[in-house]
Amino acid sequence: MSLTLALAAVLAVAAIAGWFGYSRAAAIRSSGTGRLHSLPAYHGFYVALWAAVPALLLLAAWAPVQTGLVEQAVLSSPEGQALPDFDLQRNAILSEAREIARGQREAGFNPESSALAPRYAEAEGRMATIGGLVALVLAIGAALLALRRVGVRFRARTGVERWIMALLFAASLIAILTTLGIVLSLMFESLRFFRLVPPAEFLFGTQWSPQIAIRADQVGSSGAFGWIPLLWGTIFIGAIIAMIVAIPLGLMSAIYLTQYAHPTVRAWMKPLLEILAGIPTVVYGYFAALTVAPAVRDFGLTIGVSNASSESALAAGLVMGIMIIPFVSSMSDDSIAAVPQAMRDGSLAMGATKSETIRKVVLPAALPGVVGGVLLAVSRAIGETMIVVMAAGLAANLTANPFDSVTTVTAQIVQLLTGDQEFDSAKTLAAFALGLALFVITLILNLIALSFVRRYREAYE
Amino acid sequence: MNARVKKRYAAERRFRVLGLIAVAVSALFLAFLLVTMAWKGLGGFVRAEAAVTIDFPRSDLIIDPAALRGPQAREVVAAAGLDGILARAAVDNYGPQAEQLFSAAGARSLGRQLIADPALVERRATVWLPVASRVEGAAKGRGDAASEQLVAQIEAQGALRKRFNSDFLTQSDATDPTAVGVWGALKGSFLTIIVTMLLAFPIGVLSAVYLEEFAARNRWTDAIEVSINNLAAVPSIIFGLLGLAVFLNFMHLPRSAPLVGGLTLALMTMPVIVIAGRNAIKAVPPSIRDAALGVGASKMQVVFHHVLPLALPGILTGTIIGMARALGETAPLLMIGMRAFIASPPNGFTDPATALPVQIFLWSDEVDRGFVEKTSAAIIVLLIFMLLMNGLAIYLRNRFERRW
Repeated sequence: MSLTLALAAVLAVAAIAGWFGYSRAAAIRSSGTGRLHSLPAYHGFYVALWAAVPALLLLAAWAPVQTGLVEQAVLSSPEGQALPDFDLQRNAILSEAREIARGQREAGFNPESSALAPRYAEAEGRMATIGGLVALVLAIGAALLALRRVGVRFRARTGVERWIMALLFAASLIAILTTLGIVLSLMFESLRFFRLVPPAEFLFGTQWSPQIAIRADQVGSSGAFGWIPLLWGTIFIGAIIAMIVAIPLGLMSAIYLTQYAHPTVRAWMKPLLEILAGIPTVVYGYFAALTVAPAVRDFGLTIGVSNASSESALAAGLVMGIMIIPFVSSMSDDSIAAVPQAMRDGSLAMGATKSETIRKVVLPAALPGVVGGVLLAVSRAIGETMIVVMAAGLAANLTANPFDSVTTVTAQIVQLLTGDQEFDSAKTLAAFALGLALFVITLILNLIALSFVRRYREAYE
Repeated sequence: MNARVKKRYAAERRFRVLGLIAVAVSALFLAFLLVTMAWKGLGGFVRAEAAVTIDFPRSDLIIDPAALRGPQAREVVAAAGLDGILARAAVDNYGPQAEQLFSAAGARSLGRQLIADPALVERRATVWLPVASRVEGAAKGRGDAASEQLVAQIEAQGALRKRFNSDFLTQSDATDPTAVGVWGALKGSFLTIIVTMLLAFPIGVLSAVYLEEFAARNRWTDAIEVSINNLAAVPSIIFGLLGLAVFLNFMHLPRSAPLVGGLTLALMTMPVIVIAGRNAIKAVPPSIRDAALGVGASKMQVVFHHVLPLALPGILTGTIIGMARALGETAPLLMIGMRAFIASPPNGFTDPATALPVQIFLWSDEVDRGFVEKTSAAIIVLLIFMLLMNGLAIYLRNRFERRW
């Protein structure tokens, strides 16, 4: 028996039990012995839920336990004990045996795996049978207990609604678990990295060349894992160049659209800006690499910068800035629109022109919201991957020249994890450390931005 | 005094013009981007074909027409050595410089034509076949001297034509840019989005319902709200790292399968749906809830029979926008391994697959100049899907959303 068969059996038991509950309740209703509290359908669902959910939870908890037990059983068999001691090879043979036993492949690269496969299949079958039988017993037992409660006075609808409430609660738990999962998995892998590379070297080092020795005597095996050049590249492209482009354009667009524009112009431009926000970043990246980067390089060469690279920070920063405009614009739009009309009217009554009102009254009043929007935009730009991977290159430079190529944290994460590296080496673990650093930075920025915006909204509501 | 007023009015005009310039720059950039992609990409939908006359009975081709009609037709054709026959026929037709006129893609197209019409094998026939990448480049104006000469020669004989490249939409990735298609990537994207939707929509909506209607207002639910707002703003690559660490290394799910991609993207899309759902549910006026309670409904019935149906248009709009964003994501899918070369479309949720944005990224790295127009053409396909989904969301919002 396999776990899928057990799953189907539990569901079948639940359906049958539900049907029994429904028909019993319907019989009570039609026989006229008393008025039911709930509709018969609720009785049926009550029984079905009690039959299905505990058994399904048991199966879900059994599945990972079973993997461990099966592996133990296989390793203690005679073929299992003959396996080499080397961790990596043994795991490779085990996973090949697992795939052969499940019919996912014909034969593995290692000869031992074909011998191991029947043991695997047998152990899996045995464990699955145990788990499946326990689940079935649980399902049938729970169904019988629930069926006994079906009666005239029984509040089935309340019972079902309690189940639904549990379901709702579980769904919201998943949202929290995701955050927890991100933090835990990043921290777990980063701790493994920090055991190989000291944190001080990572946080304060200014050399980034992630090489790892494959053999002990390999020349050029010393790796430097200092992330300062990456941090600088990220800030240079995302927080400096992109913001120089995005803040003026975004803010002025928002001002124009809220204060000066004709309603039809506003009705057309807002969707246009939404489209700008909806274009996939890989399109922006390709456009940057194809059109903007050569143009920037030519421009650099004409104004006399001799080593203008074709993968420059300026190209990536420009395109990223344009991508960020909708974010700045929409947050500023909301903040400016929320400033009370009384303040505007007062200023105009004093004789100020529209632009003076905006510059001296509306903008200072809307400033917290605008700053919050800018911080959110910076956090978005910092986390952007595809534009920098395609247009900004992979050379870790600490340079202030916008025509030079720099690399960012996200580009390095992609580079480190899409090579052919075994998972344990410091090179791939460095990607998780970088990811943790990125997560922390964007988290702090988001918290500050959201608290700004919330505090500001309270002031005017 | 007058002079000062005039200066202030001039400043007002300048300010207004600045605002207009800012809006115009954004609009112009969008137009520039779309026009550039269309300009470079429309060529990808057009394919150059050359006519070649092959005398099948006299050539070295040994194929039984009955085998072509049978179930093993594709294997028979693949083993028949059509490359050599095609090269010799090209040389016969156009001289020794035409030996490289057709590539493997041409041979595959010939094979498909033979399967479609097995009677061709028994006579001398003229077939139109796609030309090799270098020759196609020359036909579109960017080739080297030898290829341009060949193209001129063939064109003079009226044997070169340009046709809509239907293969682009029905074939998968290949090494030859004239033979690539986006169908494999499209299917992978569809499967991934289906998994994402099946997971993110129920969990997101149910979470929104719980958090908005039933959860008590205390420190824990505040923390939950803050954490969901943060999740919506986390960079997408972090979700890729999460998928790599949990789904691939801990749960040993198959690498680069739509199942894993869908799980990762579902985690990313779920906060967006929760936030949209909460806003939509918040917008339903309390009078509806009170009326339902007054008629005798239980709290759960109020929510599921009255509030949720009224909030559904807003939830759907948010969901479609979230799905459109997930469709365009590349970084998380790169992390979970969808960057391999996949030459045939996936058949199920656990087959290795690729997605359209990842396909665009992989093609952008290729050295062959023929890939530039294919990448741009794939971008056009992606943008069309984006536009459709966003347009659908805007239509739904305008048609069904009620302003209380």
